[in-house]
Amino acid sequence: MKKLIIADKEFDSRLFLGTGKFNSNEIMEQAILASGTEMVTVAMKRIELNDKNDDMLHHIVHPHIQLLPNTSGVRTAEEAVFAAQMAREAFGTNWLKLEIHPDPRYLLPDSTETLKATEELVKLGFVVLPYCQADPTLCKRLEEAGAATVMPLAAPIGTNKGLQTRDFLRIIIEQSNVPVVVDAGIGAPSHAAEAMELGADACLVNTAIAVAGNPVEMAIAFKEAVIAGRRAYEAGLGIQSENFEASASSPLTAFLNE
Amino acid sequence: MTILVNNKETELVQGNTIANLASQLGLPEKGVAIALNNRMIPRAQWAEQTLQTNDSLVIIKAACGG
Repeated sequence: MKKLIIADKEFDSRLFLGTGKFNSNEIMEQAILASGTEMVTVAMKRIELNDKNDDMLHHIVHPHIQLLPNTSGVRTAEEAVFAAQMAREAFGTNWLKLEIHPDPRYLLPDSTETLKATEELVKLGFVVLPYCQADPTLCKRLEEAGAATVMPLAAPIGTNKGLQTRDFLRIIIEQSNVPVVVDAGIGAPSHAAEAMELGADACLVNTAIAVAGNPVEMAIAFKEAVIAGRRAYEAGLGIQSENFEASASSPLTAFLNE
Repeated sequence: MTILVNNKETELVQGNTIANLASQLGLPEKGVAIALNNRMIPRAQWAEQTLQTNDSLVIIKAACGG
């Protein structure tokens, strides 16, 4: 399989993991390692002055893993730039998952602010991976602004509904000159495999693994699904019929009667 | 002097720099960032950056998130 390349950095794994919603940091770390991922998101929060023991960072810092700080919690481009600067300082990386979703009910990204923030953050030297609507026009604009990838949503965050935006993802994948990472809404390994079969360059998965009965096993299932889907895409899928008429795969000569 | 740390009144016991505050709070060497009055201050400047009464600081660290 081809390696994934983002901003001149090579990745063997095409599965990115989020770190929210796990029952414990230990299970999260086991799932991360089992998944084979090389890209893991991290959010930020204000420190609590009396709590010195809550340190999730050392569970996700491994030599083979690129940290991807996110800007969750910001509502505007201006806030996103501030959050990005804090993240770069705290985590020592200029890679950034830009996410601006002011509406807590659907957590849908604000396209105007996301584009504006991408333009500013690229100028400030960040490697920007924007979480965005599955809007082909917006994705082109983000690419032109210098985004390192685009990360269109499959469905609202945490819904596990799969590729609700399938047809738009197809257009985005067809048009994009930067890697397309399908983010949000992927709820089952089959969804991830389908996204990869469509030609997505990677998938970002969080909830589906974190809330699974066995998150470590589910991480392995997603790892295998992403590999299977990518392998199938590179192998070239057969064309789907437009009707239900069969096309024989065995010879139809009636050898018993001849 | 009294300053605000994450919106909580905090007494800076000794000195008047961000480095003094970081030391007082026992902040780790990595994984935190500090903003003074909404402006991020790089760690390399903590020792020189002085604080004044009622300054507002935000200190962040890593959290789980997708």
